[in-house]
Amino acid sequence: MSQPADVAVSDLDLKIWRGDANAGELVSYRVPVREGMVVLDAVLWVQANLAADLAVRWNCKAAKCGSCSAEIDGYPRLMCKTPIAEYGGSVTVRPMKAFPLIKDLVTDVSWNYEVNKQIPPFTADEKDMTTSEPWRMQQKDVDRVLEFRKCIECFLCQDVCHVLRNHDLKQQYYGPRFMVRIASLEMHPKDVLDRRPLLKGAAGVGYCNITKCCQEVCPEHIHITDNAIIPLKERMDDAYFDPIRAIARRLKGNK
Amino acid sequence: MSPTSYETVETDVLVIGAGGAGLRAAIAAAEGGASVLVVCKSLLGKAHTVMAEGGVAAAMHNVAYQDSWEVHFADTMKGGKLINDWQMAELHARESPERVLELERWGAVFDRTWQGRIHQRPFGAHTYPRLAHIGDRTGLELIRTLQDRAVHTKGVDVHMETTVFKLLKTDGKISGAVAYRRADGSLLLYRCRALILASGGAGKMYRVTSNSWESTGDGTAMAYDAGAELRDMEMVQFHPTGMVWPAGVRGILVTEGVRGEGGVLRNKEGERFMERYDHERMELSSRDVVARAINSEVLAGRGSPHGGAFLDITHRKPDYIRTKLPSMYEQFLKLANVDITKQPMEVAPTIHYAMGGVRVDAETGAATVPGLYAAGEVASGLHGANRLGGNSLSDLLVFGKRAGDAAAEFVKAGSAPAAEVDGGEVDAAVATLMAPLDRHGGESPFKLMAEIQDTLSRYAPIVREGGELQAGLDQILAIAERAKTCGTGGSSTKAFNPGWHTAYDIRSMLVNAEALFRSAIERKESRGAHARSDFPKLDDELGKVNFIAYHTDGGMKVRAEKISEMPEYLREAVQHSYARYTPEERE
Repeated sequence: MSQPADVAVSDLDLKIWRGDANAGELVSYRVPVREGMVVLDAVLWVQANLAADLAVRWNCKAAKCGSCSAEIDGYPRLMCKTPIAEYGGSVTVRPMKAFPLIKDLVTDVSWNYEVNKQIPPFTADEKDMTTSEPWRMQQKDVDRVLEFRKCIECFLCQDVCHVLRNHDLKQQYYGPRFMVRIASLEMHPKDVLDRRPLLKGAAGVGYCNITKCCQEVCPEHIHITDNAIIPLKERMDDAYFDPIRAIARRLKGNK
Repeated sequence: MSPTSYETVETDVLVIGAGGAGLRAAIAAAEGGASVLVVCKSLLGKAHTVMAEGGVAAAMHNVAYQDSWEVHFADTMKGGKLINDWQMAELHARESPERVLELERWGAVFDRTWQGRIHQRPFGAHTYPRLAHIGDRTGLELIRTLQDRAVHTKGVDVHMETTVFKLLKTDGKISGAVAYRRADGSLLLYRCRALILASGGAGKMYRVTSNSWESTGDGTAMAYDAGAELRDMEMVQFHPTGMVWPAGVRGILVTEGVRGEGGVLRNKEGERFMERYDHERMELSSRDVVARAINSEVLAGRGSPHGGAFLDITHRKPDYIRTKLPSMYEQFLKLANVDITKQPMEVAPTIHYAMGGVRVDAETGAATVPGLYAAGEVASGLHGANRLGGNSLSDLLVFGKRAGDAAAEFVKAGSAPAAEVDGGEVDAAVATLMAPLDRHGGESPFKLMAEIQDTLSRYAPIVREGGELQAGLDQILAIAERAKTCGTGGSSTKAFNPGWHTAYDIRSMLVNAEALFRSAIERKESRGAHARSDFPKLDDELGKVNFIAYHTDGGMKVRAEKISEMPEYLREAVQHSYARYTPEERE
């Protein structure tokens, strides 16, 4: 039936962006294609055989760690999850554009880790933290946050978000990844902290205008906009922009 | 060479590795009052722990009320063929429930029972359903929880994408380490009072592996160089079920959770062959048995088209499969074009885990060098000759915490400031690291790595043989000679140069490979993951010893060391448990 594993079935013209923050260009490599090959295989083949100094991040090769993010023919994807067979005889791989380039396909994503530090961590009720009894939670309550906790931090959503990518408003908006993170905390059955002031302020949820691009590129199929960002916007609005409450506040003499 | 220039960073406790063990150790050490620096080769949250799928083993008896730490202890000991460090196995079985519940209080979310407790699923060679899990991505939940806890713990700092390549000692005690930043090759000198290795295994030594580029055995190699002893290095685990097709995905893990949820193994004739290998536990036998069974079926000509077996879960409802095994569903659909709710998966053994590693003290994780600690896969003892699924995540939590606690104590006890490091030693290590950059005609490190992988795959496969092990050792020693003069594969840049990085990584792999072959030659019996065609039976005398690899001026030596007697109450726990011994192949 199928070919023996090591026989190349065809050749691929793989164009990889090579260079650093100062300069760079697309370089073409001829790669023998084997059945079932993914883009990461081809890139690592080039590294092992043609360009040992080709910089690329990868780890699990199974779409579980979110290391090998890149823009493949212009679309943000995980290289380990993108079969060569989806393309013709040629494919172009570039680094993520929203982050400063280090070298070749490797970008400086450290900003994301700084943002994460600013989000107040999981905080349970004092009583819950001191009880010696194991917690009880129902599956349906847990299910609400499961989706958000699937995030593998590939940062493809951050890459495609126009607020970060085109307008570079990293100081004003945390980006979709961290909306998902905040949602996973806010909707955790045992979390009691109120992160709405953060959402309105430094996290800048208002900057999202719901184009849903992040949702489209998420390799974990998290409904980032529908299930995380929109409910967070609603929570924030309830607290700050509810017209009836605004009137009540005015009557009381508050702002 | 010009004088070495480097940035010096001081910390009380240096943790190498940011997987589950490293992060748990960092949290514990910081809570113990020490300043902690975690150094990792990848980005934070990408370590191997993230790939653990099935769950974390802890006798919480939420699903089977009969479960207890004694049964978990007995399962672990019997699975490890009784060469485990029984003290570690006891601590592990007693403390893992507490560690899991603690994780939940830090925000981890697990699947629930109908009463709202943490749900536990059955797994290979565990007598009762024991694995706390969340779908099939428990490792991700664990690492994300620990990661967030660690970065929000006062006193913990992290250096990402930094490779430590040398441990430093002063007056026989650990005093620091030298590292380079992967992005630009700049050097860092860490000065510390205690150092915790949590750097994982060496699965990259094999060609078909579930491990990433990171698993090159750096921790074991550096500890060995620093004079620490290694234990059970012959014991490496083949996970029975890795993907086999297409070629590009060969080796990627298929969680044991598939079998835990009822998946059955069949050969090409449709026979449920585990019947012949372990008719009581069937697919949920221990990993060594299932891996050898698939191997035997393939050798007998009853394998699947691409040289494996069929793993079938289609008798479960599609919705159930998608809920309980979401990432497996996705992985096969995307990478192999197989819908596992409708078709069987094709699977074959893949290298997965090193039971052996740095020899540690059970209670503290202390290695045989003062100030040096190890936890997780890089350490040895808990798993003996074979690890049970789910016991690695609990291992990380229990012994990560213990190592962190002990390191903080060690720092407190030794009030003297961090000792001066030996400049000459640093310069020599840096010179070795940099040398490949200047060897323009040197061999490609990627080529040498491929040769190491071929050697291990060919001479230390699932079933080994004395003559082949010797041939493998000779070959590894020959490659080690060539590695001394290898280049970087062409480029002399220090800016994110994987060729240069690999030139160092293969040195670590070679130490691990040599220890594996030398120990495997000595163990003239079949026990757990170590099966030999020339000694197919258990040898009761060898069941009383561990093999210790250690450094001498004349090179690596291996000696047998007697395992201490188990106390009466533990012997009873083993004898009276329902846990079954793995049936041996005794032809």
